[in-house]
Amino acid sequence: MKHIGSPTKAIVAALGLAAMTAPALAQQGLDEPFQKPFKEALAGKTVAYVPVAMNFDLTEGWYAGLKKELEPFGVKFVIRDANWNTNAGAQAVTSLISEKPAVIVVHNPDVQTYAKLLQRAENEGIYVIQINMGSAYRSSAFVGANWVEIGERQTEGVVKACEGKSNKIAIIQGALSAAASAYTLKGVENVLAKHPEIKVVSSQAADWDAAKAKAITQTVLKQNPDLCGIVGFWDGMDIGTAAAVKEAGLTGKVFVATSGGGERKGACELVKSGAFDLNMSYDVPTQAAQMAGTIKWLLSSGVKPGSVKGSEYTTLIPITKENADSQMACWNLSDLKK
Amino acid sequence: MKRIRFNQQEIVFAVFALLFLLFSIFLRGFLSSDNMLTLLQNVSVLGILGLAMAIVVIGRGIDISLIAALAVPPGLVLQMVQNGHSLPASLLTAVLLTVAFGLVNGWLIAYAEVPSLFATLATGLLLAGLGQAALFQLDVVQWSPGMDGFERLGQGTILGIPTSIVMFAIACIVVAFLLRQTRWGAYIYAIGDNPYAARVTGIPSRPIIVLQYVVAALIGCFAGLVMAASVNSMPTRIFNSTLIYDVILVVVLGGIGLSGGRGGVLNIVIGTLLIGTMLNGMTIMDISYAGQNLIKGVVLLLAVITDSFLNPRNEETAQQGDI
Repeated sequence: MKHIGSPTKAIVAALGLAAMTAPALAQQGLDEPFQKPFKEALAGKTVAYVPVAMNFDLTEGWYAGLKKELEPFGVKFVIRDANWNTNAGAQAVTSLISEKPAVIVVHNPDVQTYAKLLQRAENEGIYVIQINMGSAYRSSAFVGANWVEIGERQTEGVVKACEGKSNKIAIIQGALSAAASAYTLKGVENVLAKHPEIKVVSSQAADWDAAKAKAITQTVLKQNPDLCGIVGFWDGMDIGTAAAVKEAGLTGKVFVATSGGGERKGACELVKSGAFDLNMSYDVPTQAAQMAGTIKWLLSSGVKPGSVKGSEYTTLIPITKENADSQMACWNLSDLKK
Repeated sequence: MKRIRFNQQEIVFAVFALLFLLFSIFLRGFLSSDNMLTLLQNVSVLGILGLAMAIVVIGRGIDISLIAALAVPPGLVLQMVQNGHSLPASLLTAVLLTVAFGLVNGWLIAYAEVPSLFATLATGLLLAGLGQAALFQLDVVQWSPGMDGFERLGQGTILGIPTSIVMFAIACIVVAFLLRQTRWGAYIYAIGDNPYAARVTGIPSRPIIVLQYVVAALIGCFAGLVMAASVNSMPTRIFNSTLIYDVILVVVLGGIGLSGGRGGVLNIVIGTLLIGTMLNGMTIMDISYAGQNLIKGVVLLLAVITDSFLNPRNEETAQQGDI
């Protein structure tokens, strides 16, 4: 807008006007040379999406975000729901390799299962983008959270809250087989190594299950009523952790740190209510936008699948009482689906 | 018959007593009244489910669809309230859905004569699938402000006792009354003991079987409401968990034979106590997840092996099999 007053602009405009009035409509505009190949590169291409399961905030959010970004360009967006079944997921990837979509967006259940398949897919000329949970094979792109960082930042929050208190903390892990859980635990260990004064009174797996998390937390709190903090590994599960803290009348006294996709009901609302003190969000809509951007770039670049490899680690949003009210900290699934 | 039941129950009770004693001596903080309440609170939903399963198993059936009844109707309540419906209307819808579900189960088993294992396996999948596909937006249905007040069903205390324990106690009393004090209860035992003889003597066995499944589904739904209230959400994915095996374990460990006709509420209470004591003790000891599974497996195996030594398979079970 700041060009409006510039003299050159005025001259150009005047010349333009003169040109328009002279040989009628000879020059309507300038064709941008790159948009047509871009459109052609995307139109009619198939992007396949293989989440570990649909029906939870993360995978629904990615789905809605990708669909919104890609379908207007004529990209066919298909979904193969593994529904928590690793075998079903591996079969889906295998059959996709023979169906030859342009891109496979895959959410790994663990580090090993899909690794060989994803390598084969890229050898067959399919770009592979891995979300949030990487595999041992490094594909064209990884978009997702850095679990080690999540564990570190959650634990730092808890350690800080414990200053001058009992220094007793508990860890509620996810499922032992999930790499996300193991990576987060590594982050926790990294911070605890620097803080020998912190004593871990309980470190157990609750299998991503709210009821189990509640049972464990209740027992731990009865044994250690002076507990000062809990590091939980997923907000969907830590609803149970928070319920146990609340029932013990220790809300505000026990610092509950967790992480999740930042959906409003599951994250901001619960931070506002005091159930969680810190929720490290990996902001699903931003992740979806980054994935969509990567897909657009890969398809339009024409690089050979597997020849470039890079990562886009998500910038984490720490949700606390301070920002839980803001419009930007969380997102609504219903709005994203519109 | 009577002797066998007594033995089975006794073994589990002995294992429970031994564990309890060991934990009380060696675990600091185990034998506090606070911890006892926590122990019970953590298994009360399992106990309520055990009661539902007991009714069906005593009538010589099995209800694999119980977890679907636990997850879907209560999930529907939370979802409807979230979508702006009133709590009473949502509860009524959920109860109607549960009754309809129980009727379908009962009809399939009593009238279409599909074996209960297969019928409930299929209907459970159907209900859980219906929930996922049509009813819920997300697997975990969150609590919404419209539900406020309802969480008292699973949180807080009544006269100093955590509410979920009170709910388990109420369920125990209701089921004990149904089984021991009513004619319907007597019929259930008769059908479980010998369905053909029961029919010959003029017991309306088909309607009674339907009733069993309706009551079981309703108790399952009740357990789900207590659970949802207790964790402030309904993780409907629980259908895919191994909870149903825990429920069957409570029933079998407690000494209700899968061949039907025996056992009662006391067996469920004992089975629940054993599981609760193990879980609580292992949590206090901070045993790893894999270690916990190992110990659970060993204790259960020991109970089953001891049982089969003391109660060798007789002619009756040899003919019917265990289910």
